[in-house]
Amino acid sequence: MDERTSAILAKYPRGHRDCLIPILQDIQEFFGYLSEASLVEVGRYLDLPAGKIFGLATFYNQFRFEPAGRYHIRLCHGTSCHVSESARIIRELEKILGIRPGQTSRDGMFSMELVACMGACHLAPLIQVNEVHHTSIKPEDLKDIIDSYIHGEEE
Amino acid sequence: MFVKIEVNNKLIKARKGETIMSALESNGIMIPSICAMKDFTPTGACRMCVVEIEGKQGLVPSCSEPVNEWMKIKTHSPRVIRSRKTIVELLLSNHPDDCLYCDRNGSCELQGLAEDLNVRERRIVGKKNKYKLDHSSPAIVRDPAKCILCGRCVRMCDERLAVFTLDFINRGNSTIIGTACNKDLNFSNCISCGQCIMVCPTGALFEKDCLPEVEDALHNSDKNVIIQYDPSVGVALAEEFGLKPGKDISGLIHAALRKIGFDKVFDTSFAADLVTTELSHQLVARKKQKVKKPLLSSCCPAWIKFAEQSCTDILSDISSCKSPQQMLGAVIKTVYPGISGFDPGSIFSVAVTPCTAKKFEAQREEMTKKGLSDIDAVLTTRQLARLIKLYGIDMSQVEPEIADEPYGVRSSSGKLFGCAGGMTESVMRTLPWAAGGKDPEPSRIAELRGIKGKKEAVLKIGKTSYKFAVISGLANALPVLETIRAGTCDYDFIEIMACAGGCINGGGQPIGADENVVKARMKALYGLDEKEIIRLAQKNPKICELYDDFLGGPLSEKSRDVLHTTYSVRKVLL
Repeated sequence: MDERTSAILAKYPRGHRDCLIPILQDIQEFFGYLSEASLVEVGRYLDLPAGKIFGLATFYNQFRFEPAGRYHIRLCHGTSCHVSESARIIRELEKILGIRPGQTSRDGMFSMELVACMGACHLAPLIQVNEVHHTSIKPEDLKDIIDSYIHGEEE
Repeated sequence: MFVKIEVNNKLIKARKGETIMSALESNGIMIPSICAMKDFTPTGACRMCVVEIEGKQGLVPSCSEPVNEWMKIKTHSPRVIRSRKTIVELLLSNHPDDCLYCDRNGSCELQGLAEDLNVRERRIVGKKNKYKLDHSSPAIVRDPAKCILCGRCVRMCDERLAVFTLDFINRGNSTIIGTACNKDLNFSNCISCGQCIMVCPTGALFEKDCLPEVEDALHNSDKNVIIQYDPSVGVALAEEFGLKPGKDISGLIHAALRKIGFDKVFDTSFAADLVTTELSHQLVARKKQKVKKPLLSSCCPAWIKFAEQSCTDILSDISSCKSPQQMLGAVIKTVYPGISGFDPGSIFSVAVTPCTAKKFEAQREEMTKKGLSDIDAVLTTRQLARLIKLYGIDMSQVEPEIADEPYGVRSSSGKLFGCAGGMTESVMRTLPWAAGGKDPEPSRIAELRGIKGKKEAVLKIGKTSYKFAVISGLANALPVLETIRAGTCDYDFIEIMACAGGCINGGGQPIGADENVVKARMKALYGLDEKEIIRLAQKNPKICELYDDFLGGPLSEKSRDVLHTTYSVRKVLL
């Protein structure tokens, strides 16, 4: 058993299923994602089958099941971004990176996540790469944005 | 306590606290539903069973709404029918339209509903579901594209089996049903019992097809194709040909199998007799050694897989006996060549079972010796019906025949293995003999009969008494397994069957059987037993011959080599 997972679990009473979501949130905050092994550990601790925990965790957008990439891209699909055609942004980025929201590219460089609203509706549509916001973007801007990160890495 | 409710302008009586649906059904009004399952908690997910209740704004699902005094219900008003029809149309809008090629063509509930609700045009056009077919399991194929998310498989797996393999994954219109971490079925903790197939309304879950292999072998003149069939198949196959449930057509099966071209037709009940004798001797030996923990049965491959992944601490208490199918398979490949002159490599051994887990069992590593598998192909009852139809055999014209010697000879105890409790009853008839005493007069052991989840019986031989328990429906086994771990279990033998009622209700049986059908099959097997002359396993002359000529005796070195197996811990996502 992973010691760091045990340390997180130890903060919660054993077998209390109502602690499931807080535990998963803590694990994700620490590791950046929920691994298979951690689901099994949590299941053992709370006496819940791993399949049920996975079912619950996939219900929520906030949980990831792959480690985040070096550049974690959050795409807003809140109301303002949606009416500003964020769906096209999402599709275009999926095409460029070859991954879908929740996934991480094979080289570990990029990962995608859909979020509801980042509170910058007047700048819609927007994406956030790690801590940097790219605002009022168009689908055709994405290639350059991604390239700038790849080149930044090479230099 | 009764209450009065008004249904379609007529007063009917309903029991207080029951759901509207159950009240309507007992008054002869059929309400369509997809997600409702008898004896399971209602979920109200599919909304097919909605009715109109005066004073309520929306339509109400009758499967979960309890009756109230003076409730005024309309069950088939235009609004209700329109709503039901729209649901079916929506379900069909993204459903793959390949009914003609579907495993469940003809037995599909969605097809039936579309027919009943007179859906005759494609009013709603959606994007068709596209998912990868999950072929990974040796027993069960999953086609998520055909899944309509009723959740019946999930509830069956959770509530009856307590295996928790399946659950809803994701949310909204990207919801699918899948295993932990959405892995393929063979990486999951699925025990292949096939009960999910039995409750699936569509073709989203079905058993692996091995008819082509069997047909190839039948057409290969170098192969000697030998087939054995399970007692539960004999009493259920009739249903596939439109006959009344609970009719034993073993004689017709023998004849049909010969017509198809099988070289030898054997009865798995012969091997059930073999299991009985081996198991009885194990039990006597265990009692002599004063082992405190109970011996656990090993005939149900689904239970065995469950034990290997979840009960690793008690694996050593499971009987080492192979299941009847595998025992007969092993005998056919090792002993039978000496009798028949067949080359072991030329034998293609087929088993017909009521079970999908047997498909998994047949491909276990332990079941192959020197490159020869005990069993080469496993067909379910449904697949046998398909094979018979494929070869154009009219079952109503077939004259009954008897099975081939030597492994077609069986005692009626062997037939009882099809019912949960039958194995124990059979062992109780043989145990006195195995303990060195006289044969008992077989009598009906009432407490072991019926479809209850847990049954108990006690047998006294001289001063020793043996305590038996029979568990059917794997979820019922969990409390008993806990008592074994705690050291407070005082049973000597526990028979565990994954499916409720035993093999007669297995995952390979005809689709659409309710409790009454299962009871009818059970009655047929017990009925067989009452009429027979040979009713004890040890009285089966061919069993005696097998021991005398080849094996030496129960639990001999040879027996252990051919008839027994081992279990190992399985690592799966739990």
